[in-house]
Amino acid sequence: MSPAIPLLLVLGLGVVSWLMARARARTFLVAAGPRRIHSLPGYHGWFVALCVAVPAGLFALAWNAISPGLIIAEVTNHPAAAQLPAFGINRDAILSEARALAFDPGAPTFNAVSRALVPAFQSANLKFGTIGIIITLVLGFAGGSAAFLRLRPEFTARTQVERFIMAALLMASMVAVLTTFGILASLMFETFRFFELVSPLKFLFGTHWSPDPMSAAGAADGDSYGALPLFWGTIYIGAIIAMLVAIPLGLMSAIYLTQYASPALRKWAKPLLEILAGVPTVVYGYFAALTVAPAIRDFGQAIGIGSASSESALAAGLVMGIMIIPFVSSMADDSIAAVPHAMRDGSLAMGATKYETIRRVLVPAALPGIVAGVMLAVSRAIGETMIVVMAAGATARLTANPFETMTTVTFQIVAMLTGEGSFDHPATLSAFALGMVLFLVTLALNFIALRVVKRFREAYE
Amino acid sequence: MPASANEGAQPDRDLAASATRLKKRYAAERRFRLLGLGAVLFSLGVLAFLLITMSASGVAGFQRSELQTTIDFSAGTLTVDPAQLQGDDAIRILEAAGLKEIVSYAAARSVGPDAAAQLAPDAWREVGNRLIADPTLLQQQVAVSLPVTDDMAAALRGEGDPALRPLARRLHEQGQLVRAWDWGFLSRSDATHAQAVGIWGALKGSLFTMAVTLALAFPIGVLSAVYLEEYAPRNRWTELIEISINNLAAVPSIIFGLLGLAVFLTIFPNWRSAPLVGGMTLALMTMPVIVISGRNAIKAVPPSIRDAALGVGSSRVQVVFHHVLPLALPGILTGTIIGMARALGETAPLLMIGMRAFVASPPDGVTSPSSVLPVQIFLWSDEIDRGFVERTSAAIIVLLAFLLAMNGLAIYLRNRFEKRW
Repeated sequence: MSPAIPLLLVLGLGVVSWLMARARARTFLVAAGPRRIHSLPGYHGWFVALCVAVPAGLFALAWNAISPGLIIAEVTNHPAAAQLPAFGINRDAILSEARALAFDPGAPTFNAVSRALVPAFQSANLKFGTIGIIITLVLGFAGGSAAFLRLRPEFTARTQVERFIMAALLMASMVAVLTTFGILASLMFETFRFFELVSPLKFLFGTHWSPDPMSAAGAADGDSYGALPLFWGTIYIGAIIAMLVAIPLGLMSAIYLTQYASPALRKWAKPLLEILAGVPTVVYGYFAALTVAPAIRDFGQAIGIGSASSESALAAGLVMGIMIIPFVSSMADDSIAAVPHAMRDGSLAMGATKYETIRRVLVPAALPGIVAGVMLAVSRAIGETMIVVMAAGATARLTANPFETMTTVTFQIVAMLTGEGSFDHPATLSAFALGMVLFLVTLALNFIALRVVKRFREAYE
Repeated sequence: MPASANEGAQPDRDLAASATRLKKRYAAERRFRLLGLGAVLFSLGVLAFLLITMSASGVAGFQRSELQTTIDFSAGTLTVDPAQLQGDDAIRILEAAGLKEIVSYAAARSVGPDAAAQLAPDAWREVGNRLIADPTLLQQQVAVSLPVTDDMAAALRGEGDPALRPLARRLHEQGQLVRAWDWGFLSRSDATHAQAVGIWGALKGSLFTMAVTLALAFPIGVLSAVYLEEYAPRNRWTELIEISINNLAAVPSIIFGLLGLAVFLTIFPNWRSAPLVGGMTLALMTMPVIVISGRNAIKAVPPSIRDAALGVGSSRVQVVFHHVLPLALPGILTGTIIGMARALGETAPLLMIGMRAFVASPPDGVTSPSSVLPVQIFLWSDEIDRGFVERTSAAIIVLLAFLLAMNGLAIYLRNRFEKRW
């Protein structure tokens, strides 16, 4: 029985009850005249439809989530399930195969046992599906009839519906708070579990990073979880190399486009620059790995750096810098535009050239905003994943040689979590600790940057 | 009068000095200006270089190497009743009837056994599908284009196994081994051979994921924007909501992947790598973008509209839902499309929730395992075979085309419907 049936039922019931209640309210309109009815008939319709659909719909959703578990429990109690392996991957594989067979007799099978389970699955499925539909219907009818009986000409249906809308609005805006707390809670939970196995000091200040996700989970080797090389790689690629590219290019682009460029050029060049920020990071990563990194390796070997490898911090950093240009340039653009015109005009009237005005007046005045923009860009760069995954390499080392491979926090998060490691293993948990560090650092950067921008805006207003 | 001459010479020297200084200042001005222009041109140049290299190697990704030959079914070598080809297992019946052998025999007769050995393992399936679509071919001599192996394709490019290269060159000169447009790339799914891969599975997965993201993020985002902009009282609670939304907009995408892994996959362990979980994760990421752009759009609706509606007796809910929201909708939609475009190109959070599995068939629904376009690009970029390089670029072109279309739509909406009050 398809899980969509109860939801469709709810939808159908809702439409029917909407039509019925509206028709009923229209009879009030005829009997009592338009002056005597509190709410328009449509609101009566909505009131009843909501009373039908909300409880029944919530139940149907919840039932969809819990009934697969109930079905499995029922099936495993069935006599045919006695041949099932007691636990492990094999048991799950057989169960999911049997479920697939129950829906589609032509599904491929690899285990003979699963055929025997099909009747059990079908009967359990039918049983729980029927229960779900019956309860959905009962809830819908109960809610609907209770609401329908309340309809009177003077019934304040509009107020009720609006109260519901306000509740929905509040709940929608709570999702953001819930998400933030969800992120914090899940990161913190796993991070604490990690710190039970590995000391936080060793993690934050250790200089040796070589977790082995395949090692025995109990024997955590605290010495191989020193994340300092990762932090250094992240800062070197995201905050140094990328910024060396993005700040000059972004700042000069912003200055040229706001101060020198003709309106026509500005109109075309600005959206084109924004495209740089819209290109997916996986495309940049591919570009970095396929085109930039080999070129840099050849260049490094040409100037005599033997250790130049085909994945390098420089390749990732350069491409990341290109990606960041529009962020820096649009922030610089905004903060230069926020400098009062009187300052610029005063400087020009004193006979300063445009260059002198920009260098001595505009940029110093806009500096807090520009710095804030750079901080936002840094927070963006250190959280960037795909470019470093594809172009920076996997070796954690503390080096300042940009031609060598280097690894970052984001790379290690991906590396630790995309394997088959279990959730108890310190290697898997370390990804959450790294995520926690990343989350806190980007949060702090953003917080400070927004503060700076705000204070700076106030200074000129 | 030496004194006066001296006095006269002083301003002259000053003038000359200031003239040179002026020249220097103007030179600095020009240099600075050129530097600025250079920065703009360099950035745009990198963009152009990126797009051109992708397109140049991507065009080859829409092609594949094919062996052209004819198969004579009228000789009666394939004994299959056309009526049998109506069912679901038609391809299995053809296989049992020896279609595979017939195809490689026909290829061996026309291009020699060495070349026939280089037919792609499932080349016969394409012939089979044509026969199923049109059983009358069973009485005819049929011209077919059969995909070759990755090795042969590499040899045709002048790479790979040196032993195959003369054969490839000879067949190419005879016109029997050609690179042809491969429209099947748009309708197949992932495979282990570069010659046989397609993008449809990942594209369909992306569409499902985007549908889930839109269904969740759009209503939640718009309702939050309405609440914060129109109804929220100024208090601690509202401030908390605002801070959360601004922070979420700045959180690195991979953190959302960690959330999806720790929360969604714990609640729904059966939906690993399903578009439903991917869509939920991306929805959390896209929602703040929609809220922020929605708030700006709602803020831009002039207060006089609200006053007028209140004046004729609308309730506060009616004011917003009947008057303000319709006027703000173009702006909200523009922001939504831009947020969705970002979600469509997002890779890292989806890697976290297991959408990197090898999925060889397009997903049937939002709960079946699937891949998405950017992850597919990532997976192919990891392949060693040269054939995948072109396929990856081709997939990137498909992805960029979608992003371009979405951004174009957003710009069109903004220009066409947005009102300046």
